[in-house]
Amino acid sequence: MSIFEYNGSAVVAMVGKNCFAIASDRRLGVNLQTIATDFQRIFKIHDKLYIGLSGLATDVQTLYQRLIFRHKLYQLREERDMKPQTFASLVSAILYEKRFGPYFCQPVIAGLGDDDVPFICTMDCIGAKELAKDFVVSGTASESLYGACESMYKPNMEPEELFETISQALLSSVDRDCLSGWGGHVLLVTSTEVQERTLKGRMD
Amino acid sequence: MKLDLSGLQSFPSIPGGAVDDLGVDLFAAPSFQLPACSDFDGFQKDAIQMVKPAKGTTTLAFIFKEGVIVAADSRASMGGYISSQSVKKIIEINPYMLGTMAGGAADCQFWHRNLGIKCRLHELANKRRISVTGASKLLANILYSYRGMGLSVGTMIAGWDEKGPGLYYVDSEGGRLKGTRFSVGSGSPYAYGVLDSGYRFDMTVEEAAELARRSIYHATFRDGASGGVASVYHVGPDGWKKLSGDDVGELHYKYYPVAPTPVEQEMTDAPAA
Repeated sequence: MSIFEYNGSAVVAMVGKNCFAIASDRRLGVNLQTIATDFQRIFKIHDKLYIGLSGLATDVQTLYQRLIFRHKLYQLREERDMKPQTFASLVSAILYEKRFGPYFCQPVIAGLGDDDVPFICTMDCIGAKELAKDFVVSGTASESLYGACESMYKPNMEPEELFETISQALLSSVDRDCLSGWGGHVLLVTSTEVQERTLKGRMD
Repeated sequence: MKLDLSGLQSFPSIPGGAVDDLGVDLFAAPSFQLPACSDFDGFQKDAIQMVKPAKGTTTLAFIFKEGVIVAADSRASMGGYISSQSVKKIIEINPYMLGTMAGGAADCQFWHRNLGIKCRLHELANKRRISVTGASKLLANILYSYRGMGLSVGTMIAGWDEKGPGLYYVDSEGGRLKGTRFSVGSGSPYAYGVLDSGYRFDMTVEEAAELARRSIYHATFRDGASGGVASVYHVGPDGWKKLSGDDVGELHYKYYPVAPTPVEQEMTDAPAA
């Protein structure tokens, strides 16, 4: 089994009308054994920028700490928050630094840029950016997430519908994956507010 | 090259038996063709990997005052992918005997059905039902004859015969154990934990069924490869009966209801100065 599948994960981000949503599962496992069901994989960079990290849990936490550190240095020097595009380039550069001994993570970045234009992107573990206009997925449930998002996604959804769509996509996908699930975590970000919700899911 | 399976034969072969249009001898002893290749072992290894769903499982069975309880989950997985959430892992061999399925789905299904045939023939020949001891020994002997050829079976044979309740564990490595409490599959350590701590011989049927259900539920919670529905069967002097089949997704919130989050602090009017 791949080291990417050691802990199990599912992360997805979707774009709506002047808003975005990012969601993840809550399981932390060791192969097939479930250790915890309150694991956090989505992290706040600033009010309108979030990163979801799938893959090996230890690298998720290490990478998160490094990203926060770099973003704080940026804030001190520039006296402003980072744009999502800039942050994506930073993540990419940090990942490529470890080209020959990578972090075993696949990031999903979602944020609101200037004029609240939503931005989402994903990367492989060594920083190859992949931008998308609709949705991005990663983790052990990525195949089922692709299928669910492909059939459930509609462009220009309002926040309420976007929340429903991303939640249903996440919950139905993880029900086809042994290594992810055990509840969900959804963040819905609009220009004026951030809603954070925990989803009840199948606990098997 | 053909494998001699005369031991499997359930009826006497008719010499010079009937041959159908396709040139197949209908009354010949059942046999499986072996691949004609130089590296038989290597071929077997590769072939085995292709036909191995239903790897992760939790099944359990135990004897108590009022008979035997048999329970199982219902998930079939292929690697990390869940290929089904509605597999019948408890196989009804006859009205007085049940078998459980862990390991290769096809191997278990085929050999339990085969065992069902043999048990029926025994009944017709001897005018009495086969004992659980006898049935489990038939299965163990067949599996032993295929030892090392890649069969994957981990099963419990549970039933009621002339001597009362019977329970045996049989596997494809040739093992056959008599006992009062077994659990088989990737979720078995978790199931054993609950089962061993809650087991008493003098339970009622309801208490026993609840213990079995709880054990399966806890196994599905911890084990990624187990899940779906927790089915519970009881075998008594009048044969087996299915007691329940609960969706584990609902069972979790029955055992652990989500408490509404208390409001951390109610907003109050600022006291008038």
